[in-house]
Amino acid sequence: MENKIDWVTVLLYAAILIFGWFNIYAACFDEAHTAILDLKTMHGKQLMWIGVSVIIALIITHIDPRIFSSMAYLIYLVIIALLVITFFVGKVTKGGLSWIDFGFFKFQPAEFAKFATALALAKYMSSLDLDYRQLRTKLTAWAFILIPAAIIIVLQHDTGSALVFASFLLPFYREGMSAKILVMGLLAAVLFVLALLVNKYILIGILAAIALFYLFVWLNKRTRKQYVWVTALFLGCTLFTLSVDFAFEKVLQPHQRDRIYVLLGKTDDNSNTGYNVNQSKIAIGSGGFWGKGFLNGTITKADFVPEQETDFIFCTVGEEWGFVGSSLLILAYIGLLFRLIRLAERQYSKFSRFYGYSVASILFFHILINIGMVLGLLPVIGIPLPFFSYGGSSLMAFTILLFIFLRQDQERTKPI
Amino acid sequence: MSNQYQERSAVVRIIFLAVGIIFIVRLAFMQVLDGEYRRQADRQALRHITQYPARGLIYDRNGELLVYNEAVYDLMVIPKMVKNLDTNLFCRVVGISRDEFLSRMRKASKYSTYSASIFMKQISKNEYGAWQNHLYKFHGFYVQQRTLRVYDKPIAAHVLGYVGEVDDGEIKEDSYYKQGDYIGKSGLEKSYESVLRGIKGDRIMHVDVHNREIGPYMNGANDTMAVEGGNLYTTLDATLQEYAEGLMANKRGCIVAIEPSTGEVLALVSAPCYDPNLLVGRVRGENYLKLLNDISKPLFNRALQAQYPPGSIFKVAQAMTALNLGVIGPGQGFPCDKSLVGCHNHPSARSVQEAIKMSCNPYFYYTYRRIIQQGKYKSIYKDSPYGLTVWNDYMHRFGFGQRLEIDLPNVRQGRIPDTSFYNKRYGEGRWAFSTIYSNSIGQGEVEVVPIQMANLACIVANRGYYITPHLVRYYGPDSTRNDEFYTRHETGINPAWFEIAANGMYDVVHGAGGTAHRANIPDIDVCGKTGTAQNIGDDHSVFISFAPKNNPKIAVAVYVENARGGGGYWAAPIASLVIEKYIRGEVNRKDVERMYREAAPCQKLPLPKTIKKKKK
Repeated sequence: MENKIDWVTVLLYAAILIFGWFNIYAACFDEAHTAILDLKTMHGKQLMWIGVSVIIALIITHIDPRIFSSMAYLIYLVIIALLVITFFVGKVTKGGLSWIDFGFFKFQPAEFAKFATALALAKYMSSLDLDYRQLRTKLTAWAFILIPAAIIIVLQHDTGSALVFASFLLPFYREGMSAKILVMGLLAAVLFVLALLVNKYILIGILAAIALFYLFVWLNKRTRKQYVWVTALFLGCTLFTLSVDFAFEKVLQPHQRDRIYVLLGKTDDNSNTGYNVNQSKIAIGSGGFWGKGFLNGTITKADFVPEQETDFIFCTVGEEWGFVGSSLLILAYIGLLFRLIRLAERQYSKFSRFYGYSVASILFFHILINIGMVLGLLPVIGIPLPFFSYGGSSLMAFTILLFIFLRQDQERTKPI
Repeated sequence: MSNQYQERSAVVRIIFLAVGIIFIVRLAFMQVLDGEYRRQADRQALRHITQYPARGLIYDRNGELLVYNEAVYDLMVIPKMVKNLDTNLFCRVVGISRDEFLSRMRKASKYSTYSASIFMKQISKNEYGAWQNHLYKFHGFYVQQRTLRVYDKPIAAHVLGYVGEVDDGEIKEDSYYKQGDYIGKSGLEKSYESVLRGIKGDRIMHVDVHNREIGPYMNGANDTMAVEGGNLYTTLDATLQEYAEGLMANKRGCIVAIEPSTGEVLALVSAPCYDPNLLVGRVRGENYLKLLNDISKPLFNRALQAQYPPGSIFKVAQAMTALNLGVIGPGQGFPCDKSLVGCHNHPSARSVQEAIKMSCNPYFYYTYRRIIQQGKYKSIYKDSPYGLTVWNDYMHRFGFGQRLEIDLPNVRQGRIPDTSFYNKRYGEGRWAFSTIYSNSIGQGEVEVVPIQMANLACIVANRGYYITPHLVRYYGPDSTRNDEFYTRHETGINPAWFEIAANGMYDVVHGAGGTAHRANIPDIDVCGKTGTAQNIGDDHSVFISFAPKNNPKIAVAVYVENARGGGGYWAAPIASLVIEKYIRGEVNRKDVERMYREAAPCQKLPLPKTIKKKKK
């Protein structure tokens, strides 16, 4: 039997999409081009992409969902091939080769690599005879993620899109990956920031103090295993702390270093590196509680914020719709994510569940990085806000990502 | 179907929720709690274009326009917005050197990089017209219209005052003013600043990141219109003022002419004078320094700020006081005993009227002794302080020793000594009449401001009262009046005594043995009193007068510094010319007029340091 499509998700999707379009309209508003469907303008083009996306969504919801699992590897390979091809025929934009120009449409394969990887991984993870504990399994799973990520970083210099692949940690976790990896990741991030802010030796001293306190004061009985663990963890942390400088200086590129320094407040450079974020904060912060009103943004309408239709679109929301509008958008996103988790949990197949978690995690990661960036909480990493930022590739890719899952959810009771 | 680890979905949800909460809290801090973002947004996206109202005009008593405005332009710069400037072109168009350009930019950036400051001040209409066409090429620069004062007749600089840029102290005192605003710095411009300045308007433009104007912010909903400054309708007679200034050419001193019945100042001259146009616009700074460093102190308004010994004109007030106290009668005679105090050769005065006419010093020595030593106490050391207190009160009734609250800033109060003054100087109980008798003839410790001298003439002219001298009849769109300028200040002295004073003063000019025959004008009954005030350097020449004797139309005080020859020689004829000009509208005594206009009687500056000891 066939279930109805999940209308809650569809409505949230539509609401975000429409609100997004209004904000793009405001961000690129120009007295001379007020017509809604003017393909010379960004809002006109975006309206067209919305139309295309709706058609794609309709097609997806009318095909046999089994095709996604059976074609998963093929789609994955095609996208990988496209990523490589982009390197040879692509257009250079902002120092990266990430676009294939079709004239009317600039195709960005990295956006589509997300759902392809999600499909392929879901298929792999749901293989019947898979033993998660085997090292080979783990390595293969990681390879699915790291191959596209590496291509995107090395060939396209698009760190942001590559980082999104880290979102697969959440579906892995759901399927049984040790929580320690998540904790370690968090710990690493905290140590990284602290190492840049505080004297490293003081930091190591504090870590040692915490370790000793845990072992000799906190614990009543100490086992050998605990000694080994704590010592190993301490040494690991120490090593990591000491290597932060090296990683920071040698691995990161200068502009990435600058962005992190700006975020940490170590450099106060509002005219160059810090300019975007500073203007973005001014735009959002100046919105006040109710916002300045639709088309009344003084900062976003006056081009103070670069990239304000794409990565910095949230500024327009903040400025024109204020705290109320911004919070509602965030709540809509969180609501969508919760709904997706709920849908994922009701799947009968591991394939669909893994894929559903992947969809939620990828969206979550984009929202986290994008809004974190415009609010000045995270360094500047240019990735779009799902269903919201201007851009055909990302909108279509996110639509495909989401509706493949909704299609699976619709037919969750059918065996795959 | 395996559904292990289902509980982990809660962890994932918590992560999602935590991030959402962090974002919303962050938004609350940025948007609701922190106002700085809003302020910064307004600073960079809104340009406040101040609409400067035209400053109020100033008219004389006959409706003649004394001060009006002319449009000039200030070139403004917002340093942050200056981009891709063709400096060579800019310097050529504006007409400055590259170094000048850099130093001005540095100065502007130092003030603020985001907000506008004045790059170049007061560009004339013609100059602006010449480079208006290039302005659009210079991002970050724009032009703001201002007005400058224009004076058709170069007169009354001390009365009108001047306008200048606000300083930091003035900005701190009144938040209305912003850097670069103009404010009245002296004269009427200062005392009526709040009337004249009007109210600035504010036009808010929305500008983009390239500093291009997008349009009026909120369609002008928050804009305010400039309100024009109110006009001043002054009491000055421009013709008389110009004439009086001409008479004081080549001299130091002052003339104050007042209409006694109203207290309206007809002319107020402080010499040397200067052309008020010198203190306008870009030449102001240079000229101001020149005037400031001039040894003859042209910026100093002698009529209000100089404290001179009054000399013999003071005797009129002494006679009135003594008569009113009853310590002498109108027929009182005193011998001219030169052993008490020096005097010129004249017969002894047999009445108050004669004493005034002849200006007998010993007569007023006796008179003052009767005021100071009234015999209330046996000890003269107790009696004199009592008498002095009574006298001090009388002098204040004449407007001496207190600020006459004229509507000009910085008027001085002069000095009428009281008991505490002498106690401080000599010790309590250690001074008596013999210590202070010089006051009787307007010397000693007494100091008077010229406006107070003119006021004394008014009191006699009015036979006993005065109205605070003032320069503005009414002002603003509603013709506002100041009640104080319509209030009679009574001396409380019997008008009959003033009739005696008026007769005496008439005799000064007309009677045999009078000291001011040079003030005689055919057909006009001039009353006057001369004074010759000792000081460092040559004597000052002093004269107070009013005319006609009955229903006086004008009271005049003239003070000529360090002019040898006494009050009758210089000050009296000058006063008579002012009177004639005002009453007749025309001076018939052309030879007298030419002579005093061309004369330069004042001792050269700097004065010799030695103090002459000489008593008349």
